[in-house]
Amino acid sequence: MSADLRRLRGSVAIAGVGESDALGKRPDASALQLHMEATFNALADAGLSKRDVDAVFTSGRNMANDVPEYLGIRPRFIGGTQVGGCSFILHVEHAMAAINAGLCEVALITHGESGYSRISMPAPRWGDDSTNTQFELVHGSAGPPTGYGFLATRHMHEYGTTKTQMAEVAVATRKWAALNPKAFARDPITIDDVLSSRLIAWPFNLLDCCLVTDAGGACIVTSAERARDLPKAPVYVLGTGECATHQMVSQMPAFNRWDAAIVSGERAFRMAGVTPADIDVAQFYDAFTIVPILALEALGFCKPGEGGPFVTGQRTAPGGEFPMNTNGGGLSYTHTGMYGIFTIIEAVRQLRGECGPRQVADARLAICHGTGGIWSAAATLIASTER
Amino acid sequence: MADTYSGPLPKPTPETRPFWDAAKQRRLTIQACDDCGTRYFYPRPLCPACLSRRVRWIDASGRARLHTFVINHRPPRGFPVAAPFVIGIVELEEGPRMMSHIVGVAPDPAALRCDMALEVVFEDLTAEITVPKFRPRSDA
Repeated sequence: MSADLRRLRGSVAIAGVGESDALGKRPDASALQLHMEATFNALADAGLSKRDVDAVFTSGRNMANDVPEYLGIRPRFIGGTQVGGCSFILHVEHAMAAINAGLCEVALITHGESGYSRISMPAPRWGDDSTNTQFELVHGSAGPPTGYGFLATRHMHEYGTTKTQMAEVAVATRKWAALNPKAFARDPITIDDVLSSRLIAWPFNLLDCCLVTDAGGACIVTSAERARDLPKAPVYVLGTGECATHQMVSQMPAFNRWDAAIVSGERAFRMAGVTPADIDVAQFYDAFTIVPILALEALGFCKPGEGGPFVTGQRTAPGGEFPMNTNGGGLSYTHTGMYGIFTIIEAVRQLRGECGPRQVADARLAICHGTGGIWSAAATLIASTER
Repeated sequence: MADTYSGPLPKPTPETRPFWDAAKQRRLTIQACDDCGTRYFYPRPLCPACLSRRVRWIDASGRARLHTFVINHRPPRGFPVAAPFVIGIVELEEGPRMMSHIVGVAPDPAALRCDMALEVVFEDLTAEITVPKFRPRSDA
């Protein structure tokens, strides 16, 4: 571990987390209102007031200015990095950098998206002269449901990964959702249910795909010193990493592994000074069932090609050897479009022991990991209540 | 075609115009760097490997392999092909990869195989825009 990474380890903490007042279908709320509810709840959880916030990090809006305006905050540090759904996990790393540089002290990272109801959402992104329209959309690409599958198909071809193994993820995640009253889809499903649900884009059936919901989520990051004076136990940021390799999936460097995640995870583990074997609970962005399988390989929880066997036998389900996506994930709890913030919220709650029936016993070290775009970017966060 | 096409329609930009002009003449073009030898797609005026400006257009053979694929059951709005249909990541004989609609084969996982041999075909979308598509190679 380099000296610089050692200096960052544990230098900041997540002091508060919160979701919007309700999640799922919110025809009563604009995307900005979902931001505001989540911010209010995260500040209350942190025992801080809006006046304490001097930095705002957000993503998914046309300009990062509209969220602070709506919230009535005048940030002196603004983060608007937009690399897709994992942006909010990157924002933790960026907030850590800014806090360590002395440019701000209390950072609000906020997400709000009316993914289902589409109220006050930015206009669609790709113009006719974009590279996306010229070289992908013209071929019938439908964005994530088709783009994520390219890696699944090649992985199946090279390693023998099966649709049944992918379905294991959906079934296990639904079992966690059954234990979370906030989860959108809580009825039990079987592997056959997944395999017989309607095809969206082979190799994905409907139940391989995440939800489309309305929700907000937020967290408060501050210096370790400041966090220790707040009511709840600080959740220290021990390791972070990020990487982006492409924007259009056709430019992905390799289709049998997740390069961005390999880079992102390597730094996070090096900074934290821990190994995958040390992790007690994992929150892996599950836009599609194949994504956590590739995360397991990229982050070193198993060897390349062994992600499918790793999740077999409901290993990631409640009571299983490897508790993963304990909130019910993007597959069954909530998925607005940019899910990353919800991995952080659940990791913090698990580490604090606030998860009731879904609490993982002795959860001391948690990992969050997300994808952005179409396998385009990755961000990793390792956290603990112990420094 | 021409008046009826309602799907996503490329609008060429200065750096992509030569590609679309060539496609209209039923030529598949990529770019090659005279400094580092990299051959690449999609069109850019500087080599993405070494940022050299000494790049030129070359004609690709049109021979390729199906690196990976999906079968889309939910076509984008206006896309003129009935679902399900096959979208591939195609690896050209010259090296670069591109996304393309795969035609001339059943949209069935049993009929498709990663690395199967393909060849380019061209389809006119409008009077201005012709797109390269790929089908199983007839001599393979």
